[in-house]
Amino acid sequence: MYRYDKYDHQIVGERVAQFRDQVRRRLSGELSEDEFRILRLQNGLYMQIHAYMLRIAVPYGLVSAAQMRMFAHIARKYDRDYGHFTTRQNIQYNWIKLEEVPDLMADLASVEMHGNQTSGNCIRNITSDEFAGVARDEIVDPRPYAEILRQWSTFHPEFAYLPRKFKIAITGATEDRAAIAVHDIGMAAVKNAQGEIGFRVLVGGGLGRTPIVGSEICDFVPWQHAITYLESIVRVYNEYGRRDNIYKARIKILVKALGIEEFKRQVEADWQFTKDGPCTITLAELNRVAACFTAPAYETLPLYDAAVSELQAENKAFANWCKRNVKPHKVSGYAAVMLSLKKTGTAPGDATAEQMDAAAELAERFSFGELRITHMQNLVLADVKQSDLIALWQAAKTLGMATPNIGLLTDIICCPGGDFCSLANARSIPLAKAIAERFDNIDFQHDIGEIELNMSGCMNACGHHHVGHIGILGVDKDGTEWNQVSIGGAQGNETSIGKVIGRAFTFAQIPEVVARLLQVYVRERFEDERFIDTVRRIGHDPFKEYVYATPVEEDEKLASADYALLTAGTPYDTPLYSPRF
Amino acid sequence: MMIIKNKTVMEDDWIVLRLSESDTPENVAIPSGKVIVPLKVWQAQRDTLQRRTDLGVWLASDQRAEDLQNDLEALSLIAVDFPKFADGRGYSIAYRLRARFGYHGELRAIGDVLRDQLFYMQRVGFNAFAPRPDKDIHDALKGLSDFSLSYQASADEALPLFRRVQRGSGP
Repeated sequence: MYRYDKYDHQIVGERVAQFRDQVRRRLSGELSEDEFRILRLQNGLYMQIHAYMLRIAVPYGLVSAAQMRMFAHIARKYDRDYGHFTTRQNIQYNWIKLEEVPDLMADLASVEMHGNQTSGNCIRNITSDEFAGVARDEIVDPRPYAEILRQWSTFHPEFAYLPRKFKIAITGATEDRAAIAVHDIGMAAVKNAQGEIGFRVLVGGGLGRTPIVGSEICDFVPWQHAITYLESIVRVYNEYGRRDNIYKARIKILVKALGIEEFKRQVEADWQFTKDGPCTITLAELNRVAACFTAPAYETLPLYDAAVSELQAENKAFANWCKRNVKPHKVSGYAAVMLSLKKTGTAPGDATAEQMDAAAELAERFSFGELRITHMQNLVLADVKQSDLIALWQAAKTLGMATPNIGLLTDIICCPGGDFCSLANARSIPLAKAIAERFDNIDFQHDIGEIELNMSGCMNACGHHHVGHIGILGVDKDGTEWNQVSIGGAQGNETSIGKVIGRAFTFAQIPEVVARLLQVYVRERFEDERFIDTVRRIGHDPFKEYVYATPVEEDEKLASADYALLTAGTPYDTPLYSPRF
Repeated sequence: MMIIKNKTVMEDDWIVLRLSESDTPENVAIPSGKVIVPLKVWQAQRDTLQRRTDLGVWLASDQRAEDLQNDLEALSLIAVDFPKFADGRGYSIAYRLRARFGYHGELRAIGDVLRDQLFYMQRVGFNAFAPRPDKDIHDALKGLSDFSLSYQASADEALPLFRRVQRGSGP
């Protein structure tokens, strides 16, 4: 993985000192909250319902065991023994004290990490494919480019006060696992006829209030020009993006207003000044960075391990885990293994300090000391020997990270929602928990097959509900929480935005609504057809008709006292459903 | 009034002219002395204004560097107004004036100008700053030295870090 040189260390160190002084001035009153707010956001520090929330950047989702241990240390020393992995492959903590943040940042800097630009109207953490470097369908490893762009975007002086936040995702594979079509800029590596590497660049995708699939601005930007081309996109956005209405300020609105052809014309007119100039990426720099991402010392191994096949045949739990959580690897005898953070009863994407330490140890034992965080909020050990799968499965089981549900119904993408987030209209974690409990039966889940259920507690769509095969969105009606349900959304190569099926439901109705959607699917599906494919084939109407055909009963347990809390608007100190309280 | 110019706190006698509701760009009276007029006034009264020796023009954040592209020689000073410090258009305006149009004169940040934005402002080409009057200007000066190096090129630095130094691999 990328290692800081003295310059990276110096820049991050100076940032820690800068923020330490800003916190001091805030605490002494020299800085007003209005002035400080934007500064702290650019360091990843939000104010949430209970306390400050700190988001730490995990560039393209890659962490070392030492960094994962630092996450555990931060959870113990500065928070409440756990952290939450996010859809931007980052980690965030919920119970942070402002006066401790400078020391926390210094701790992070000691392992080459920071919270820079994980919030605010700037270029955010650049995300990528969790299987980068090991995927069989990879054209080129995207991480060196992601790292070069990370450095370019870090403290870019022109782009710290954009009209709105700005998200970039990059993939190097033929299958898009980084949701590039729903980013402000999405980049997919391609090879031209001469075998040269470049990027197909999409612009103006995004979720939020106005979900839009990105448009292609260029089918081939040679890799050398990635910085200058992106800089021109962001410059045109900075100058012409709307600033009069926060809901119309993302680049997607500008691209729609101008049309992609006119937007491209303006970008490329600006680009003519910098193209082939000093910001052109040099081969030397690419090679320097790429040298950090060379393949580890793989052994020469047979494609499969006999003991694994044997245990798969006799142990259904292990077979299920292999089927769902073990992914193909480009090197014979190796696999990428998903550690599920979606065990029923826990908050999706959360890990305890103990689990983080243990995951770090597993990485050292089984995967060359590195882990990846996925945008679907699980962990990956990317380089596991087939012959280690049984030992790894047993270890992951005891840690509660071996639920064989990757890509299944309970592998729910879920934002923190109303239990933590001050923007939320509805609670997400307890609803995810209620759904997981209702459909906990793993045989049922395997029968339903691949399905993505995504939920967001508000329009900002941190839980990517628009691209869930089933999407659930928390909405506010007269101060009470309701949930809108959509179907037909998808990420990846066939990205689509889900369509709402009808009027919203109460918290306690949602598990039954999901059950009815699944019943239609089971009734209508062809053999091996995924839920999303059935929706695409038969359309929304059969689902809609069945769900609303008879009144949807509320689940009694869910409808009880806890639900009344938010409806009454009562302030509460600790999330009621959240498993740790 | 005190400003920061070329990294030094100094006395300054330029006046920023802002139009009141009853003024129009055509009829507003321009005081004598060193005046920084709004772009619209410059455009409306160019014939008389360009005879003055000490004249500056300020751009609002929704105006364009291109609007002054052909006037750079005539002006002693260009200012860019930050209506709110979070309005980042002024950074691209400054960058274009310096990097695209080669403006070499004084480029001054006015309006909601605060310590914690000065470093980036300096990078995109501002060399003068009029911090908000309620702030300690000596404190604001410190903002210019928050960082001693940067990854990217900008108006202050033509080369990105990877062309400026021999980067290492690891610590």
